[in-house]
Parts: sequence; C-alpha cells; structure tokens
Amino acid sequence: MTEHAVATPDLGSLEVGQQIGTREVVVDRARLVRYAGASGDFNPIHWNERVATQVGLPGVIAHGMFSMGSAVALVEDWAGDPGRVVDYQTRFARPVPVPDPGAATLVVTGVVGALDAEAGTARVDLTVAVEGVRVLAKCQAVVRLV
Amino acid sequence: MTTINLDYAGRTYAPNAAYSVGREKLREFAAAVGATHPAHHDVDAARGSGYPDLVAPPTFAVVVAQRAEAQYLQDEAAGVDFSRVVHADERFTHHRPIVAGDELVTVLHVDSLVARAGITLVTTRCEIHAAGADGTPGELVSTVVSTLAVRGEDA
Repeated sequence: MTEHAVATPDLGSLEVGQQIGTREVVVDRARLVRYAGASGDFNPIHWNERVATQVGLPGVIAHGMFSMGSAVALVEDWAGDPGRVVDYQTRFARPVPVPDPGAATLVVTGVVGALDAEAGTARVDLTVAVEGVRVLAKCQAVVRLV
Repeated sequence: MTTINLDYAGRTYAPNAAYSVGREKLREFAAAVGATHPAHHDVDAARGSGYPDLVAPPTFAVVVAQRAEAQYLQDEAAGVDFSRVVHADERFTHHRPIVAGDELVTVLHVDSLVARAGITLVTTRCEIHAAGADGTPGELVSTVVSTLAVRGEDA
C-alpha cells in the first residue's frame, strides 16, 4: 500500500500541460460481468454476444461507465485522496468491443488542463484510448487541491 | 415500438426510497473499476484522511442515480426503448464525497428531451441528498447528469 502514500500536489507548483501519469486497464468479459454485478447495470449488451449482435453491435461492448470509472483511478492516486475529485465528466465517443477469448486494453493518460487558483482546483484532462483510438471525449476531472 | 413522449420534459419526481451506502458495496465497486486507493478499502486509512468512513469512488454515484432514473426509464408511457439506447454523456458533481454509512435520497429531474435527425437526446439530472431524520432530502451530496441517445424507429 506504500505506493499510495502520495502527497496531494501543490497547486502553485503545477503547470498546464503537465503530465500526471499513465496506466493501462485490461478488460475482458469476466471484468464486465464483475462490473455489472458491482454497479447493478445488467444490460445484456455488456455480457451476451447474441443480444449485442441482435441490436447491431459488433459484439459485446464494455459499459461506458466502466471505462469512465476505471480511468479516474489515475486521478485519484495522483491527487492522493479520492475525495478531492469534485467534478468528473465525459462523452462516450466510441464503444469498446471486448473480444472473447481475449481482452481490450484501455490506455489512460492525464495532463493538467486548467488551473483555478481562486477555486483551489486543477482540471485534469484524460485521454482514454483503445489501439490508439479515443473512446472517451472531453473526459475531465476537477480536483480540489487546497 | 413506442416513441418518446416529449411531454415528460421538465418533470420532477418525488424523492425515492433511501439508498444505504455499505462498506462492502464500496469495496466491491472500487475493486470492479480497479480503484485501489486505500480510502475505498481501509476504514483506518479513510479516517486518517479525515473522512467518517470509506470513501466512494467518483463514479459510484451512478449506482444511486440509476435507481432514481428507473422511475422514468421503466415508465412505459415515457416511451424509452432500452434496446435503442446509447449512453451519450455523464457528469458527476460532488458537493462532498459519498461515504459508507450515508443514507441517500434522490430527486430525479427530466431536464430535456430533444429530438433531432432521428435521435432523441434524453437528459436526466439526479440530485442526491443525505436523508434527513424524517427521510426527506437534507444536505445536497452529489449531482449526476446523464444523457442518453435514443435512436428512432427508422434510424
């Protein structure tokens, strides 16, 4: 757990454009079933190939909320405290097909997008991509740093 | 097949039944999204950061919100065909973090229904409050705004 002993960044020392880090999220069908159970979102397009293809999808796709939810962990860890994420939004730009067998890999990177000294917040802009194609758009987390 | 009833725009629902935020549910949700920060898992760590109990991940509020949204989405007269729904966007604003032990009541608003080019954009807003002693909405905790894109029958 020592990897989490991260101090909250000092707002005054941050610069717009600064990288906050990167991580990969590997998502397979089991991961989607687990998210379905944890979230209560049992829409079958996220676990049933037959239903997914019947409604015109290429196959089972990840919950948009799974992608959104897993991406922000990078911001929580950078902030040193998950309770400091005061605002978080995204548009779901493209579905994430999850093959079976196999997995899709979300590559999450974050940069400081804006600083607000008066509000004491930093906005982190996340890029979430699968095989180089962005799946989330305008994915922004506002972090309270003071 | 039904069409979306645009008359629902502007509708506000009565506060729903309280959602009790439990430690194990927060741990389960955090594990499912890969949120490994100790404040989600270890009560002592959460308290050490100044919280009364485990802290919910930022998107956990969707679990609370979707129960309220069901009042609208599962209303047949509203005409939202779920097999034609795609999630368009989502936004969470936390006035304070959700923590284990919270009793939350949600007021659902259907903010807008906009039909254009064969798609109807359905925007709902959930105002999630701490339940007061009498079960009515107290302190505002989180606001969840969600937009669904619903394809028309010809799209």
